[in-house]
Formats: sequence, structure tokens, C-alpha cells
Amino acid sequence: MDSYKTFEYDVLVIGAGGAGLRASIEASAAGISVGLVCKSLLGKAHTVMAEGGIAAALSNVDDRDDWKTHFADTMRGGQYVNNYRMAELHAQEAPERVHELEAWGAVFDRTGDQKILQRNFGGHKYPRLAHVGDRTGLEMIRTLQDHGIHQGIDVHMECTIIRLLKEGDRVTAAFGYDRERGKFRLFKARAIVLATGGYGRAYKITSNSWEYTGDGHSLAYDAGADLIDMEYLQFHPTGMVWPPSVRGILVTEGVRGEGGVLRNSEGNRFMFDDIPDLYKDQTADNPEEGWIYTQGDKEARRPPELLTRDHVARCIIREIREGRGSPHGGVFLDIAWIREKLPNAPEHIKRKLPSMYHQFKELANLDITEEPMEVGPTTHYAMGGIRVDGDTQMSTVQGLFAAGECAGGMHGANRLGGNSLSDLLVFGKRAGEYAAEFAKENGATGVDDSAIADTIQWALAPIERQEAEGSGESPYQIQYDLQDTMQELVGIVRTQEEMDQAVEKIAALKQRADQAAAPGNREFYPGWDTALDLHNLLTISEAVARAAARRQESRGAHFREDYPDKDEEWGKTSLVVKKGGDGTMEVSREPVMDIPAELQAIIEENR
Amino acid sequence: MTTATFKIWRGDAEGGDFKDYDTEITEGMVVLDAVHQIQAESANDLAVRWNCKAGKCGSCSAEVNGMPRLLCMTRMDTIDIDKPISIEPIKAFPTMRDLVTDVSWNFEVKKTIKKFNPRPPDAEDGTWRMAQEDVDRVQEFRKCIECFLCQDVCHVLRDHQKTEEFIGPRFLVYTAALDMHPLDTEDRLEDLKDAHGIGFCNITKCCTHVCPENITITDNAIIPLKERVADRFYDPLKKLFRRLFGKKS
Repeated sequence: MDSYKTFEYDVLVIGAGGAGLRASIEASAAGISVGLVCKSLLGKAHTVMAEGGIAAALSNVDDRDDWKTHFADTMRGGQYVNNYRMAELHAQEAPERVHELEAWGAVFDRTGDQKILQRNFGGHKYPRLAHVGDRTGLEMIRTLQDHGIHQGIDVHMECTIIRLLKEGDRVTAAFGYDRERGKFRLFKARAIVLATGGYGRAYKITSNSWEYTGDGHSLAYDAGADLIDMEYLQFHPTGMVWPPSVRGILVTEGVRGEGGVLRNSEGNRFMFDDIPDLYKDQTADNPEEGWIYTQGDKEARRPPELLTRDHVARCIIREIREGRGSPHGGVFLDIAWIREKLPNAPEHIKRKLPSMYHQFKELANLDITEEPMEVGPTTHYAMGGIRVDGDTQMSTVQGLFAAGECAGGMHGANRLGGNSLSDLLVFGKRAGEYAAEFAKENGATGVDDSAIADTIQWALAPIERQEAEGSGESPYQIQYDLQDTMQELVGIVRTQEEMDQAVEKIAALKQRADQAAAPGNREFYPGWDTALDLHNLLTISEAVARAAARRQESRGAHFREDYPDKDEEWGKTSLVVKKGGDGTMEVSREPVMDIPAELQAIIEENR
Repeated sequence: MTTATFKIWRGDAEGGDFKDYDTEITEGMVVLDAVHQIQAESANDLAVRWNCKAGKCGSCSAEVNGMPRLLCMTRMDTIDIDKPISIEPIKAFPTMRDLVTDVSWNFEVKKTIKKFNPRPPDAEDGTWRMAQEDVDRVQEFRKCIECFLCQDVCHVLRDHQKTEEFIGPRFLVYTAALDMHPLDTEDRLEDLKDAHGIGFCNITKCCTHVCPENITITDNAIIPLKERVADRFYDPLKKLFRRLFGKKS
């Protein structure tokens, strides 16, 4: 059997984006040993891509804001199927988490009275997003990284976890390999925090990087944990569409927050054509009111471009399908038009949206201060994930915690922009805190050697398969085929027939993945990584397709062409995905958590 | 159909050589797309580090036709494809495999720089006040994506391998961001002079030239730090003034 190196920690954190770093910092502050494993170099995780800001009711720009309004906005955005406890804690604790970042060295943009500046974003009633231009994620990850490196955390960079090991009901270790050398590693731990982000790489058009292969979702599922809300996947309305090589790269909602408007090929601001009832009272009915809102007029209502992402994405799809799209299959996002309103518009745009200016200039040869951008929906964020306890973030498996995008429930059927970075901080901290507590209360456990042997054999199979001449298939081709399947059949607009087809296709792809072969050596070997990632991508794709096929209504990000309306009964139901006793995937209906009266009252007050 | 020939360095710490790969070039492609295409078509085991593919994470640093670049932000239509295009790993750090280098030294260096140490909060609620004009400069430095291209091109590290004595432009920028932070109270000047070797920098500005974030590394970060060090340790009048009146800096 191939050898492996063993490490032992009180708490092991898997993933070093915002949630993983925040969890590691919190756990190490409890005076215990902490290991942190990440697939990339430290500070490169997908959190760097977050642009717009961190949502927190600091009330620096509009003093009418408070946690209750933030809570109500989050629940409305999530179509009231959120884990209410998470939404409550999130709204209450986000301001403290943001101030803490400032104490650790983050430098946010400032208001005139020298406080943290906040900007408008879709679905938020007041300007709420603390930000640094349009590179807030970088500021956040660097601040956490630079604070964390002085905490004595043991960091394993470029290391992938492929299996969680259990003893009885409790998780006891994680097994993986260091990508640089291709050598196996065993991490024994009293508690494990998953903070692995999402699974956008299951789709062809995505804003996500190669790392986003649903590892945490899949590791937890294989370990017997429940997944929840898997049918809810956010398609961000504005990704780049041209040139082809940058298709899917994110264009921040901040463009619309700063006054950018969406237009179709006829020059029409189509977002005015369809404003959902839930948002009618809060939405401007004429362009001028929308404009003055973005410029800070407290009496004005939001422009319809700042409706929730699920709705904006669907409106864009409608325009494209009905033949009013832009030349390369998107619609126009125009910020240059504000020249009519502001004398120094080009400088203003470059100051507020520097990385968008840079991104379009460098990658598309387009000056956003002069011309409209072409944008279209891109797979962006998984609302669904590992089912956790709202307070502790522990999953349904003892000692296994989850935080950030890989955890489910907080955002319900649709996440509001800006609520992700705050989610990472609030629940990263909580997961670290309670994982440390669990580690202190529960002694070390053993590890099952035969499970390790199985895992090694499974992991080496793609390499050995190649050695047997002529057998096996390229893992890249299987991944491309999966991406096509998910893009076409389980996308923004869904039908029963297509999703049933997807489930069948995924089953066939699984058989092909079992024969994937990776020619070459084991050191820093992308073909091997891809072959192993396929298991996670396929598991999660199946969960998404099965849950989406089951929910016969449209809600939030889940839109069914064959059931285009919301259904009251389905509104009381969550879907839970679990590995059955025979190893097949089970989807079951469970009631949505009952909202306590005092929180229901807050929701009603803010209707 | 347009094709281009790439000469990509293949090998490991023991050594290696350039290998030729032909691949199709389509509109809007960047060099990283070409590398990925080659990886999928004919070299499944070609090692390359990348993440965001949007110039925000700083993972895909390499040398394209001898110039340190981010592969994801180098458009093919800015390169002459009539000639073979060379891609090789950055040179200042040890090669691991193909285009991937061992940059771990940078992560160790960062730990040796004294961390942010803020003054007590300004307001009763535990928060601080800072004016935008006072944070503009620091925000410029904090744009850094840690691609280490500035380290790669710095002759003190690249040619003279002074990794024991000099922290390089990236960490001078990092120190500047801390030192010029309006809230910070830590003193890092002695470290800059001694352990971190700021004197090795002779302001050739190669770092500024290659920075993909357009940070004016030399003028805005390094030179002001050099001035602070000179003021503290080498200005005889100020030294005397300090001795007489006990004033710090």
C-alpha cells in the first residue's frame, strides 16, 4: 500500500476562503491546535473574486437601518424558506464581524464623516454593503490571512481532501493528498470544519474557479450528512459574455448599485416591464426616481435593476429568448450613460468600479466609461448545502461542521448580494468556536485502517488504469460533458422532462468516470486532480437534478417552466438529500422550520 | 483557422526543456486559455497554477516571451503569433514542475513582518474614524494580489538570490501598507533597515514596471520607506536633535 504522512489536530478546517480562515482564527483563539487545508495557495481562494461588499446593518449611511430590516430583507430575498435562525444571527452579528475586520487592518472606503462607507445592492432596503471599491473580497481574504498567519495555525497549501473517515457516528479524520508532490496525507482531528465553497464547475458558464467542485458538499454526503435546499442555485444575472474565453466571469452588481442600467437591443430598460408584487412598493416606477436612489436620495425607491438576482436573471433570459438580446447573446449593461448626469462621470466610474474598468479594458478591449457592456447570467452561488444547526454550524454528523457557501439554509431560495461575505464571517466564526468547543469536550478517536486502504486504492485507480495500455477515458472530456448536461438541462429555466433526462445522463457519466484515466506522474498533476474531482461534481450534480426535479413549483432561483407559480404547500416544504442505506441517493420532504412569533412580527412590519 | 506554436518549459527541479505545442487561437483568447487547451488536447499532465482567471488572485504568474506576466491577463492578440511563443516558470524561485514554482518563501517572509497594531478605538462603540484622503495611499498598496511578479523581476532576488537578507518589493509594499495605515502604531523601521534589507533596493523600478495592478511600488512605497529609514538612522542633524530634545523621528 502507498504510504502516507499523519498529522493530528484538535480542529481541522478544510478550505481557506473567508469562512475557513475565520473559523481557523476563532478555533486557534480558543487555545487548541488547528490545521488548515486548502487546494490553492493561501489567499487565492474564491473569496478574492467577491466584488461588491459585505452586507451589515452598520447604519453609517442611512440611520434607519438595523438588524431587523436586514433580517426581513434576507427572508424576503430567500422567499421565506430560509433557516430563520441563521438569517437572524447573521443580521445581528454581521456589524460586529465587519468592525472586527477593521481592527485587524482592513481599510474600507469612507463616508464624509470618516466611518465605513456603505453602498446599495439588490434586495437591500438601505445602503448596506461595506466595501473597498469593487475588490472587497480581496480586502477581506487578505485581512483574515494576514491576521491568521500570526495565530499559530498549521497551513497545508495545495492539498486536496478526498474522503472523511468516521468512527461510529462521529467524524474522526480527513484523508487527502498534497498536490505539489502527489503524496497522501492523513489528518486526524477531534472536530472538522468544512468551508469548501460551492460547485459552479458543474456548469459550463460559471463565475467560479477550478476549485469549485463541491468537495465539501460531497465529502459530507458520503459521510452520511444531510444536504438541504439543493435545488436552489443562483445564476448571477451579469456575467461577461464576450469574448468567448471570458464567458461567465462576474460583473459586479455594484455596477447597477452605482446607477448602471440594463437595456435590450431596442434600447428599452426592460426591467421596468416586470416588477414582482413582493417588491412593488419598494421599486421605482420611473428612471429618474431610480437614478436619484442610486445617488443617495432617501425618499426615492430602488431602480428595478436592483431587484433580486433570481428575478433579474430570468428577465435577461426572457429578453434573449424573445430576440431582443445583444449581438453575442446577452443584454446591455450601461454605466457610461451617467455622463448625462455627472460632469466627471469617467473618473467617477473608475473610482467606484476600478476592477470592472480594468477587467473590460484588458479582457474585452472595451472602455466601460464610453460603451455599454454585454452581460448574461452565469452560474454563481449554491444556496443549497450541508444541513447545519443554526447556532453551532454542526451538520447531522457528530463533530462535522460546515460554514460559508457549502452550508445550506441561510439564504433560502435566493441569496442577496453582499450576504455571502457576511455569511462567511458570521458563520465561519461560529463554526470555529463550536468546533473548538466540541474538540475540547470530546477525546481523540481511532481511525479505520481499511477505510484508508480503500481510499488509496480508489485514488490511484485513474493512474493505474492508464498504465494498462489503451484503457480509460480522459477525465477532461467527462467533465466537459457533465458541464454541457447541467448547463442545458438543469439551468435557469427547468422542466420535468429535461431534469429526468439529466438524472439519467449523470448516471451514465458516473460509469464513464469510474473508467477515467490520467496519464502521467503524480506531482502537480491536473489530469489526476480532475479525475478525482469528478466524483464530487457528479454527486452534487445528481443532488441538484434530483431535488430540482422533485420541487414542482417555482420559487426564488428555482424556476420551473412547467410549474411557473409559487405553491403554498411547497412553500412549507424543504427538500433533504441523503445517502440511503444501499448507497443510492434519497430525496425527502421535510417541513420548513417554523418561524417564532417575534421574528414573524419583524417580517410583517417590513412587508 | 489560426494556429500558434507554443514553446512550453516542461520539467522539474532536476531540469527540463522546452517542448513545442500547436493549438488553435480564437477571438479574445488569453495565454492561459491556450495553456488549458494544450493541457486538455495533448498534455494532460502539464502543470500550471491558476484560479480566478480574471486577474484577481495572482496565481498564474509565468514568463511569456521572457516577460513576467499573469497568463490570464495576457491576450493572444497582443502577441506576435507568427513566431513561436515561449512560456516558462518565473525564475526567482525554485521550479517544482513545468510552469509551477515553489513560492513558499514568500509566505514565510510575511510572518517576519510585525503585524498590524491599531491605536485604541476612537469612538465609544469601539470603532475608528479615518478620512478617505488619509487611506487612499494605503488602499493603493492593498490592491496587491500577491502574484509575486515584482519579486520575480527584482534583480536582488532573481540574480543575486539574497533571500536571506532582503524581503523584496512585495513585502516592502506590505510593510508600507502597514506603516502608512492611519491607525497603526507599530515601529518597523529597524527591521526594514536590518533584517528586511531595504538598502539592497537600488530603485531600478523593474517591480513597478511589471505590476499587473499598476501599483507604483518604487515611488509610493519603497522610496518613502527608505526616507523614513534614512531620517531615523542616517540624518546626523535629526539624530542630534532627537538626542537633545528626546523626540522620536
